[in-house]
Amino acid sequence: MGPNLLANYGEAVSMILFCIGFANLLLQKNLIKKIIGLNIMDSGTYLFLAEKGYIEGRVAPIVVDGIQDVEAYINPIPSGLVLTGIVVSVSVTALMLSLTVRLYRRYHTLNLDEISMRLKKEGL
Amino acid sequence: MDMVCNFPAVSILLCLFAGIISSGLKQKVARVLNTVLLLVVITLSATTFVYTLATGSSFVYVMGKFPAPWGNEIRAGMLETFMATAFGIIMLLSLLGGEKKLHDEVEEGKIFLYYVLNDLLLSSLLALVYTNDLFTAYVFIEINTIAACGLIMIRQNGRTIEAAVRYMIMSLLGSGMILLSICLLYDITGHLLMSNIKETIEAISHYDTYNVPLMVAISLICVGLAIKSALFPFHSWLPDAYGYSTVSSAAILSSLVSKGYIFLLIKIFYRVIGVEIIRNSKIINVLFIFGLAGMIFGSLSAMKEADIRRMIAFSSVAQIGYIYMGFGLGTEVGMIASIFHILTHAATKSLLFISAIGLTEVSGGSRHFNEATGSGFRNKIAGIGFTIGSLSMVGLPAFAGFISKILFAQAALRNPHKMLPVLIVLGISTILNAIYFLKTVIRIYTPVESSIYKPLTMKDQKLYSVVIILFVIINFFLGLMSSMVTDWITRGLEMFS
Repeated sequence: MGPNLLANYGEAVSMILFCIGFANLLLQKNLIKKIIGLNIMDSGTYLFLAEKGYIEGRVAPIVVDGIQDVEAYINPIPSGLVLTGIVVSVSVTALMLSLTVRLYRRYHTLNLDEISMRLKKEGL
Repeated sequence: MDMVCNFPAVSILLCLFAGIISSGLKQKVARVLNTVLLLVVITLSATTFVYTLATGSSFVYVMGKFPAPWGNEIRAGMLETFMATAFGIIMLLSLLGGEKKLHDEVEEGKIFLYYVLNDLLLSSLLALVYTNDLFTAYVFIEINTIAACGLIMIRQNGRTIEAAVRYMIMSLLGSGMILLSICLLYDITGHLLMSNIKETIEAISHYDTYNVPLMVAISLICVGLAIKSALFPFHSWLPDAYGYSTVSSAAILSSLVSKGYIFLLIKIFYRVIGVEIIRNSKIINVLFIFGLAGMIFGSLSAMKEADIRRMIAFSSVAQIGYIYMGFGLGTEVGMIASIFHILTHAATKSLLFISAIGLTEVSGGSRHFNEATGSGFRNKIAGIGFTIGSLSMVGLPAFAGFISKILFAQAALRNPHKMLPVLIVLGISTILNAIYFLKTVIRIYTPVESSIYKPLTMKDQKLYSVVIILFVIINFFLGLMSSMVTDWITRGLEMFS
């Protein structure tokens, strides 16, 4: 367990980040902090993918001077997946932020629990 | 390759393009385009279904020029095409049934956006049903979430925005877990196509390595999809989201969006990880227990509600519990029962939502239970629809709900360890269902001396009446022709592996 953890410290860090983000998204009351948590969580996943997709000493498979040995290149798909994932998380973040703006304009607070209490009082 | 093999890909692309085009169109044109699109998609899916029924085998459609381990693929078998057809039909009926209400609840200038969102939602549902690639599935899960969030918040009041925020938070937690699980699976196997992952996993399990990462990946994806489809402890967002959005949104969300995720989970069980590994893992026991808990607690919460819409929403929690309980049985028959219940619930829940709106309309717009007294007489067709939906949910013979309950009971009998809890909880849940649904039916048929509310006849609401009648017909079709439908499901599941 010990030596494996040291050798894969990148993956370990990414998992810790994922957990931090997950807990923040779930437990924070402030909407902005929740969104920050979401971004940390997603970044943790992308770090994990990027870390898994990179092998030290190899380069991206862009052919410059003739095709070299297979051993010289890394698999480009994880990087592609990270890019796709980033696009997805940007759009989701934008949507969440716009919802937050709407709620803030209506209730002048970012605390989700307080908003729920106000809604109950309104009794809509 | 036959012409028909292009249809699944074409229907997904048509939906995407229709969504883009609709965003620049006027509201009436967008509406017509959406209806035409749904009709086309239903026809294409039905044709593909008939084709797979005739050939008796599934087909793989390569997207782009790269062949299998590298490229992206679509796969269509009997089950996929059948689901796509059913989803299309239910969506069309839900939209037509709630159309009149849409104009009251959504700002006039924004109605065309509703159709844009629906086109996108349909495309993502079809993609989830058809895709053979896990990462494509992830991307379309996110599109589905965003479109569903739009459907909730298109009616602008504090409640819906708060519901949309809560829905997004839970969904994003789920998506994060799904993405991590896909990364782990890719890491273990080196593939993203479902069939390739399955081959590698079979080889890995042969050598008994990577057991822990595989278990982590399975649990993450199960929990992620369970959160998204509102399995019992994760259902906190559901009542507000279904209860306060426009009626078409509520019908579509409860009967289609959650079902798209559940269908993806079934595909992952059968086509990615393999049923054997799933059955030997403990995760199905977890799903089983939460399913049982959902069946009871969903019904209990529904009993306490005084608001008709929220009551139906809580009943969805119970029905999702049934579906996961079927997964938890871990047998072929249990899975067939669950898939049948997906169809039953989709057809019945949308009927209930659509008819409930007719009842509230003749009760001065109030959704409170007491105001609905006698509304079954004031709006006859809505009353009939609600009664039939309720009876089907309770599980009276000849209705769809009866067949799914009997299938679940039969499936339980084949599994000696889990038989007793299933039968007991099924019994309790049926009684609870009967209490709160029949209470409402009795209430809407309690005569009142003189009502201040104006009655509505079938002539006033022709389209609405037709929609209710079609829903009732679908319900009877599922209830009376069930042997044919279960036969299709069985053959479709065989094609999966």
